[in-house]
Amino acid sequence: MRPILLQGHTRSLTQIKYNREGDLLFSVSKDQVVNVWYSHNGERLGTYNGHVGAIWTVDVNSTSTLLLTGSADNTAKLWEVQTGKCLHTWEFKTAVKRVAFSEDDAMALAVTEQRMGYPGTIVILSIKNDLEAEQSDEPINIVYPKGSKAMAAEWGYLNKYIITGHEDGSVAQYDWKAGDQIKSVKAHNAEITDLQMSEDRTYFITASKDKSAQIFESNTLNHLKKYMTDAPLNSAAITPIQDFVILGGGQDAMQVTTTTMRQGKFECRFYHKILEDVEVGRVKGHFGPINTIAVHPDGKSFSSGGEDGYVRVHHFDEDYFKFKYPELH
Amino acid sequence: MPGFDNARQFPQSIEDLDFSDIEEKYKVPFEEGFDTVIVVDNAPTVDESKKDKLLKFIKKIFKNAGNIKDIDMPMDPDPKTETLTSKGFLFIEFETPEQAAMAIKQYDGYPMDKTHHLAVNRFTDIEKYSQIEEEYKEPEEEKFVEKEHLRSWLTDPQARDQFVLYRGDDVSIFWNKKTEPPEEVHKRIVSIYHVISEFSLSKLSIYFILQNWTETYVQWSPLGTYLATFHRQGIALWGGPSWNKIIRFVHSGVKLIDFSPNEKYLVTWSNEPITLGPNGGAGTPFGPEDEGRQIIIWDVHGGNLLRSFPSSTLSSDGTPNKITWPMFKWSPSDKYFARVTQGQQGQQGQQALSVYETPSMGLVGNKSIKIEGLVDFEWAPASDKEKEKDKHSEEKKQKEELLSYWTPEIGNQPARVTLLNIPSKEIVRTRNLVNVTDSKMHWQSNGDFLCVKVDRHTKTKKSTFSNLEIFRVREKDIPVEVIEVKDVVIAFAWEPKGERFAIITTSDPNYGQPTQGGVTLKTSVSFYYLEKPKPGKGDSVGTANFKLIKTLEKKTSNAIYWSPQGRHVILATLRSATTFDLEFWDLDFETTLDQKEFAKTDPAACLQLMSTQEHYGVTDVEWDPTGRYVITSSSFWRHSIENGYILWDFKGTQLQKHLLDKFKQLLWRPRPKSLLTSEQKKAIKKNLREYSKEFGKKDEEEESTLSEEQIKHRRRLMEEWNAWRKRVEKELSEERENAGIVSPPRRDDDTIEVIEEWIEEVVEETEEIIDD
Repeated sequence: MRPILLQGHTRSLTQIKYNREGDLLFSVSKDQVVNVWYSHNGERLGTYNGHVGAIWTVDVNSTSTLLLTGSADNTAKLWEVQTGKCLHTWEFKTAVKRVAFSEDDAMALAVTEQRMGYPGTIVILSIKNDLEAEQSDEPINIVYPKGSKAMAAEWGYLNKYIITGHEDGSVAQYDWKAGDQIKSVKAHNAEITDLQMSEDRTYFITASKDKSAQIFESNTLNHLKKYMTDAPLNSAAITPIQDFVILGGGQDAMQVTTTTMRQGKFECRFYHKILEDVEVGRVKGHFGPINTIAVHPDGKSFSSGGEDGYVRVHHFDEDYFKFKYPELH
Repeated sequence: MPGFDNARQFPQSIEDLDFSDIEEKYKVPFEEGFDTVIVVDNAPTVDESKKDKLLKFIKKIFKNAGNIKDIDMPMDPDPKTETLTSKGFLFIEFETPEQAAMAIKQYDGYPMDKTHHLAVNRFTDIEKYSQIEEEYKEPEEEKFVEKEHLRSWLTDPQARDQFVLYRGDDVSIFWNKKTEPPEEVHKRIVSIYHVISEFSLSKLSIYFILQNWTETYVQWSPLGTYLATFHRQGIALWGGPSWNKIIRFVHSGVKLIDFSPNEKYLVTWSNEPITLGPNGGAGTPFGPEDEGRQIIIWDVHGGNLLRSFPSSTLSSDGTPNKITWPMFKWSPSDKYFARVTQGQQGQQGQQALSVYETPSMGLVGNKSIKIEGLVDFEWAPASDKEKEKDKHSEEKKQKEELLSYWTPEIGNQPARVTLLNIPSKEIVRTRNLVNVTDSKMHWQSNGDFLCVKVDRHTKTKKSTFSNLEIFRVREKDIPVEVIEVKDVVIAFAWEPKGERFAIITTSDPNYGQPTQGGVTLKTSVSFYYLEKPKPGKGDSVGTANFKLIKTLEKKTSNAIYWSPQGRHVILATLRSATTFDLEFWDLDFETTLDQKEFAKTDPAACLQLMSTQEHYGVTDVEWDPTGRYVITSSSFWRHSIENGYILWDFKGTQLQKHLLDKFKQLLWRPRPKSLLTSEQKKAIKKNLREYSKEFGKKDEEEESTLSEEQIKHRRRLMEEWNAWRKRVEKELSEERENAGIVSPPRRDDDTIEVIEEWIEEVVEETEEIIDD
């Protein structure tokens, strides 16, 4: 089906997220605006204005009432999804690169940048899901990652731990209460750019600049799968229904002007999740690197956000759902 | 304090100190050798009375070599006369070894008078030789070590071809497996030995790995026997089924190599002149005569240095020549090799052709052939017939080999193409040309035809165009046919073993201009064939001319790649920034009977475009030696976009594509000439249908087993995954129950509640009063 082009940002996209039902799509960009769209037709529902720096990250709680964003203006903001009202602002010493609600929405984590003498941290915030309630400024805990700085982080199921992806390519598990590292594995040869959980949070996928994406088991950090491509990756997502993963990336933004579109490899690549080396298909369209990919929770569509400032919403065709390896079933 | 208790025993003055141990340690060794001493033999025997006279005379002679320090002539009493007589030899000591060496060089064999020719030797040599044992000892026979079968790859039951792939720091050798990924034969990375099982191959394949197998690039020998790798210290040749090092050639900083056509000899060139080092070349194959030279000719079998040459001499204006490679061109039989030399330094028009002979490495007829203005030459390739004859008849008859050369216009003398026989140096044919800017000689692979592509300019020198001068070498008097082309010919290629050729012409105004941003030239491609000779008068066969088959207009192709078997040709657009077209043509396309009739009148009827393809970033095209497959590649050496290679069959169907980071080079292993006679080949061609049935069956079998393997592997992966999921899901639900948190209900399509909302909006309401 023809993709729906969402033209609401004037600068490159940094992250996109579906809500739990998948009817809404939130997108954040370096243009300091948060947009929310109807995912089925691409109509813009509204914007959340207030940040004064590039916005790096967004997450929405499971009831689609609260929206959390992190920005280069050194703040994280909590918004009321329905009205666009800013409910609370947390201030940090450096930019907020990644935010994520916990499974039960009672907490959120915020990954802050290591800069200007301040170490990179992972701040655990307590969130009250009551829209009227006063949010607490005081974090529950601050985790200082060991060694290399964290690039992405996610909650484990039942808030058992948090999983972090680091600049040196390693993946680690942290006890967010004690602030200690539980274990760490060296997964990639270059920085990890994205980390997304499976639906039940028992495994997760990492994307890296080393041109590969990998799947790990959350509890043990055991390596499960590896997908090799020929371009640096910025994002990776796991699809429900079909056993696929979607990888996106392309040549670094700073090199793009010197290379043609074809060389940039600005495509979403579909790999078979279990068979690893089977590339199922590619979706072209962006004319810049793909920065972020999100899959609709029911697996019927996916969206990609690019350096080119566009979000492309793709609804899968009938054929996609019929696809099967005949010899495997 | 210890050590000062007996202070009174210390020596009182410097003189009392015993320095002998230190003196011993730092003693400067005096010249102990006899390097300055020479022995002069064959001198007249004289008695006491004539001794002084002789010594005076000898001194007078050797004075010219250097300062004589001492001269000594031993005298013994003669048993008969009891007087002292000399023994016919004397010793002379010079001040320096250089003077002694000079004396030996100058006066060895010096005729003192009619009967006395002086023999001058180094004293140390005499000593060395006198110490040789009298008795002859049989040298120990070296144990015979069986060499590996160097052509083992030809015995592959499926007659597959090998290729070498150079990527990053790895050099690997693969079997081409058509649509399957190529099978690795050998790969080299640090010397770890690995045994791996490849699921798709259903058998274990063992490979050796060694990193930095080569430092610059790799090259096959012309018959495929050896793989040459380049190293700082020299060249190494590899081969045989185990891929062991066969031989090494020490040549520091070697950059270019060239094998002779039959792999007997190897020419290496290094930009660093040979230096002997402090020990005078001991431990290296070099002698004093090799010092400062840059080119070496080696014997491939024995690994011996045969001769070294200085690099190409300076050109007429005194600047060093640009290296043109191969510098030496070999005659097809390996018997001769030749190069253009520039005669005396700085003198124009003193070019000469130096033809050397093997295995003596000497100039043919002991001198170069002076050819004024000589620019370039080419040897005529040997025809298949000649090669066959050579194989059967062992007679070592001195055979003439043909070469062609051309000279530009000098003064009033026109430009000239000459055919020359070697070793007789007999000129077979010359042809004069005028208004020549440049010319290039193309021999057909059997040596039947020579096409000289002449770039000519109009009298005003404003525009250029090309002539093709085709020499029919096998015919009497070597007739020359001229094909005039209105445009500039940028590429020319004979069909291997055939009578057809293809040219690419352009009239694009951008031609010859410095290309800006890779402008792709508009070109046309033309095919020519030799028409059937018309029956002439009487018995004589009439002349046959080359005729145009067809011209393909509005192309961008700039390179022609004929299949090694002829018939098929690829027209490629290489090294352009925007176009990467590959066109696969067939010149003998099988037509129906009707068309066959038609084909007699229209030569273009059999010309068929089989496929048009594109390989983004293509830089090189390589046919396999059998003409069955072709590989187009995009090399890291030219650019870093989409490096890798694509394997096609001759029809232009893509069989596989591999994108490899830092892919550098891919070369098919050449095959030596087939041992079958032409009759045997014909018989095979006749029964091709039978063979193809057989092979087709085998292919099918292999394919089905392979895919079975793959399915098994995939099933296993699926099962593993499903088992793991089951376990994890169970654990998860247990943990959730323990924690008292019920897992979120799974969404189900049936439970979706669709709320339809109807909104009615009154857009406009008007009230109109209608009067009655």
